[in-house]
Amino acid sequence: MFLTKFSGLAAHAIKDLVKAPSFTWRTSYVPVIQNNYAQALRRKSFCTTADKVSEEGREEKQKVSVTFVDKDGEEIHVKVPFGMSMLEAAHENDIELEGACEGSLACSTCHVIVMDVDYYNKLEDPADEENDMLDLAFGLTDTSRLGCQIIAKPEIDGIRLALPVATRNFAVDGYKPKPH
Amino acid sequence: MALFGKLRWISRRFTTLAATPLRICVVGSGPAGFYTAEKILKAHKGVEVDIVDRLPTPFGLVRSGVAPDHPETKIVINQFSRVAQNDRCSFLGNVSVGSSVSLPELHEMYNAVVLAYGAESDRTLGIPGEELGGIYAAREFVWWYNGHPDCRNLAPDLTSSDTAVILGQGNVALDVARILLRPTMELAKTDIASHALAALEESSIRKVYLVGRRGPVQAACTAKELREVLGIKDISIQVKQADLVTTPADEVEMKNNRIRRRVYELISKAASSGHSPPLPGQRELHLVFFRKPDRFLESEDRSGHVAGVRLEETTLQGYDLGKQIAVGNGVFEDISCGMVLKSIGYKSVAIDGLPFDHDKGIVPNVGGRVLADSFKDVPQYETGLYVCGWLKRGPTGIIGTNLYCAEETVASISEDIERGVLTSNSTKPGREGLLQLLDSRNIRVVQFDDWKRIDTEEKRGGNLKNKPREKLATWEELLQVARK
Ligand SMILES: Cc1cc2nc3c(=O)[nH]c(=O)nc-3n(C[C@H](O)[C@H](O)[C@H](O)COP(=O)(O)OP(=O)(O)OC[C@H]3O[C@@H](n4cnc5c(N)ncnc54)[C@H](O)[C@@H]3O)c2cc1C
Ligand SMILES: NC(=O)c1ccc[n+]([C@@H]2O[C@H](COP(=O)([O-])OP(=O)(O)OC[C@H]3O[C@@H](n4cnc5c(N)ncnc54)[C@H](OP(=O)(O)O)[C@@H]3O)[C@@H](O)[C@H]2O)c1
Ligand code: FES
Repeated sequence: MFLTKFSGLAAHAIKDLVKAPSFTWRTSYVPVIQNNYAQALRRKSFCTTADKVSEEGREEKQKVSVTFVDKDGEEIHVKVPFGMSMLEAAHENDIELEGACEGSLACSTCHVIVMDVDYYNKLEDPADEENDMLDLAFGLTDTSRLGCQIIAKPEIDGIRLALPVATRNFAVDGYKPKPH
Repeated sequence: MALFGKLRWISRRFTTLAATPLRICVVGSGPAGFYTAEKILKAHKGVEVDIVDRLPTPFGLVRSGVAPDHPETKIVINQFSRVAQNDRCSFLGNVSVGSSVSLPELHEMYNAVVLAYGAESDRTLGIPGEELGGIYAAREFVWWYNGHPDCRNLAPDLTSSDTAVILGQGNVALDVARILLRPTMELAKTDIASHALAALEESSIRKVYLVGRRGPVQAACTAKELREVLGIKDISIQVKQADLVTTPADEVEMKNNRIRRRVYELISKAASSGHSPPLPGQRELHLVFFRKPDRFLESEDRSGHVAGVRLEETTLQGYDLGKQIAVGNGVFEDISCGMVLKSIGYKSVAIDGLPFDHDKGIVPNVGGRVLADSFKDVPQYETGLYVCGWLKRGPTGIIGTNLYCAEETVASISEDIERGVLTSNSTKPGREGLLQLLDSRNIRVVQFDDWKRIDTEEKRGGNLKNKPREKLATWEELLQVARK
């Protein structure tokens, strides 16, 4: 919806922006982020300075569309500024994605399933540390990732992420529910 | 018609809720207790939840189990603190169910009770010599280094020899191995209890054996913990190459289980990269597979004290339900050591008036509803009694597991509210009643604000020593600061 207005500016233009950090207009999104994830975000963010140049509309080009599919199958469409993690995006939009360790790669409760393999492939491969936590995620799939490790960038515009449904299955760590 | 009935039911529910809220008591303030409270508060706007804990401090094993060098894992405390500070929630510490107040009393005072008091005892091996000095349950050792007031005076023997044997290869075993082997300079920056740090600084233990009764494919640990222990600075890792040989059954196990495969890969990698003999003075970690403990050996010079462990070689048999079992083959070997940590699993404790399955060490339940009689074909439930966490599932699973476990228990509670099994028609005294009863027994309740005083004091102490917190580790100190 938002993007249609700017559809003249194709994704490659956005990419150029990313490649050219000296580009003068930067969004106001960095200063907006003040919560717990800010640190993790800064580490990952490709846009590190926080020039407070806010130009109407231009901000929108620095956001990607993300669809969360919640536990009831309901779709929630949100705009996520570049550099923001999906965990943070979920929380800013009141989407029930857990984040027990607040993005420090120590819990796996922020598990999301990338619904389209093409998008999954556009993401950088998970690091060993992420894989270690994914090992323990509930309802792990081939396209599972940790929400706190997926960072908004132009390539993932349009990504759809499903929140895993609690399977009532504690198979992790050897526990198997017994039929009663 | 059905809709109308439902609406009428909803409005009735609202009026009754407005008049007298449903009062629920959660016993235990670990992850299971807090996730349960959080989910109930979210799902039912008119319900009040009190979380009682026998300790003056909240958060269960997040405080007293999770290793001091895992600060990121403890961040979840922020979320739990927000729950405790919800207007409809309170934390009542220093209240032990079973002694300060009985379960029947509690059950009488609340519309529902959710038991989430974890597992505070240990599985035993049942082999000769288990009672010798120098043999500890890993739980006690963990409580000791994490400043749990019940193990402040454990004084584990870290100086009578250079070798410690850890039995079991789960994540707890890896935690205790890491604490024994990690340079104390690194531990000094964590929230490890200061009495433990001081003892570890004097420790003469250089060699740690991690003994598993099955093979590297079956090691119960997870990759993250294994990676950490293998990565300890300047440590020599010793693994027997022969133990790495896999069978077709092992291959199937690895194919079906990503954790097992990745753990095995890490072990093989460590074995191939580090099989040079340890340098003099270097700390050593020996991963020993296919050995089950047969008996503990008593010291000749120090009567009543352990001097070693006799292990029996095993082979794996059976592939029933994906579980290969270790069977002894009659070949024995001894490892000399001055300390043994049994890390073979925790066990829950029964409390009076609560159905308990002593074999499994859990409260019998279906979906978190406590079963009155687990042997009947048609399940009979204890009305208003629920269970969650390690007490419900047994002592396995990470913090996040308790989130799903709580969702299941809370779904059962919600269903019972909808079906009218749980109503606030009979007004329960709840918190007021409980506080009065405890007061009459001279039990000083530690509320969340009191805990915040402990928290502040610990952080202040930590600040002085350049660590996140300096834990208060005796009952006296904790209660004194809470009372200020
Ligand atoms: C040594 C160790 C390290 C761990 N490290 C990690 C880790 O790094 N990451 C991870 O994800 N998971 C870890 N875990 C697993 C995690 O801690 C557990 O899954 C989780 O704590 C279980 O939650 P629980 O609420 O059932 O029990 P607990 O956390 O044990 O909480 C039980 C609570 O009940 C209270 N209680 C006990 N008896 C009574 C009574 N009679 N009356 C009132 N209150 C009572 C206790 O004081 C305690 O506060 C670790 C576990 C252990 C043992
Ligand atoms: N960082 C973390 O995420 C972390 C840290 C600590 C704990 N935890 C979790 O907390 C839970 C509890 O951990 P845990 O280590 O206590 O339990 P665990 O993972 O169940 O491991 C128990 C170990 O004891 C062995 N064992 C059991 N009975 C035995 C016997 N009679 N003789 C010899 N060996 C025996 C088991 O071997 P068999 O496999 O042969 O039975 C296994 O190696 C686990 O789910 C763990 O993942 C997580
Ligand atoms: S929030 Fe804990 S791993 Fe992502």
